[in-house]
Amino acid sequence: MSGRAIEDLNEDGPVTKMHAPIRLEYRIGAGTAQSRFLRGVAEGKLLGQKCPVCSKVYMPPRGSCPIHGVPTEEEVELPDRGTVTTFCVVNIPFSDLAPEVPYVCAQVLLDGADTALFGLIAGMPAREVRMGLRVRAEWAPREEWTYNLGNIKWWEPTGEPDADYDAYKDYI
Amino acid sequence: MGDGAGETLIDEHVLEFPGGYKRSVGPVVGRFLTGLRDQQLVGVRTPAGRVLVPPAEYDPETSAAVGERPEDFVPVGPEGVVTTWAWVREPRPKHPLDRPFAWALIRLDGADTGMLHALDAGTEDAVHTGMRVRPRWRAERVGHITDIECFEPA
Repeated sequence: MSGRAIEDLNEDGPVTKMHAPIRLEYRIGAGTAQSRFLRGVAEGKLLGQKCPVCSKVYMPPRGSCPIHGVPTEEEVELPDRGTVTTFCVVNIPFSDLAPEVPYVCAQVLLDGADTALFGLIAGMPAREVRMGLRVRAEWAPREEWTYNLGNIKWWEPTGEPDADYDAYKDYI
Repeated sequence: MGDGAGETLIDEHVLEFPGGYKRSVGPVVGRFLTGLRDQQLVGVRTPAGRVLVPPAEYDPETSAAVGERPEDFVPVGPEGVVTTWAWVREPRPKHPLDRPFAWALIRLDGADTGMLHALDAGTEDAVHTGMRVRPRWRAERVGHITDIECFEPA
């Protein structure tokens, strides 16, 4: 059983520690809105959805507007570029699956969107990442695309001037 | 993730902390686990005289701390009695046995509470409330509840 490879924890003295492996396997249904979004991602498209009342564009879409409680059925294709609204430099390695540290997690507000997407920032030193940075998606090779936002490997600086704070201050 | 066009996409996810995590067990549960490693079953006596197995750090009735003195720990078992049980027809990959078995609450001799463990009884018909059982110990023990492989009819 999985709890057993732990002799080194306690050796011959009193037992003071135990290993607690945790693993959860589950099937998840993406739902209608996210399925449409992920089918778009599989073709290299970023499809948001617009609220018919307030015109906010949700990215990724959840199928309804949380402010007005109405379905968001109008689909809006957004460009694969946007603005970093906020970010975090990760300096602690915690998983073989994560990138080599330091790396940068960021919220990227696509042009035309009213909610920000999570993504990694690359192509520049971590210390130079900043709010307002203009970025574009770096896509994985097309033959690797699947129904996963991981099709975008990371976001890289476009070289444009930083966005004015006023342009994204309502999205932080 | 498959795509039956127009339907909800379904994906198989795995959530896992790489390598798992370690936790401290505290002195009371630690005493119990140390006993298991030595092939001994140990309970803890509350101020009211009830014997809790597996031991708890607090009396569930009065919230008083228990197990603070060495003499609070008392040997129990190794045999016990099944107080309730549920039959598992199709064991899952992480279950302790790879054949049908029962999850059982077992009140060890000298204890006043039930301890959950697997009962290897062969068939559902062989299990009944009140039956006598005994632990089947692993040869190699490390101080974990799985040092008891399962219980079996006594």
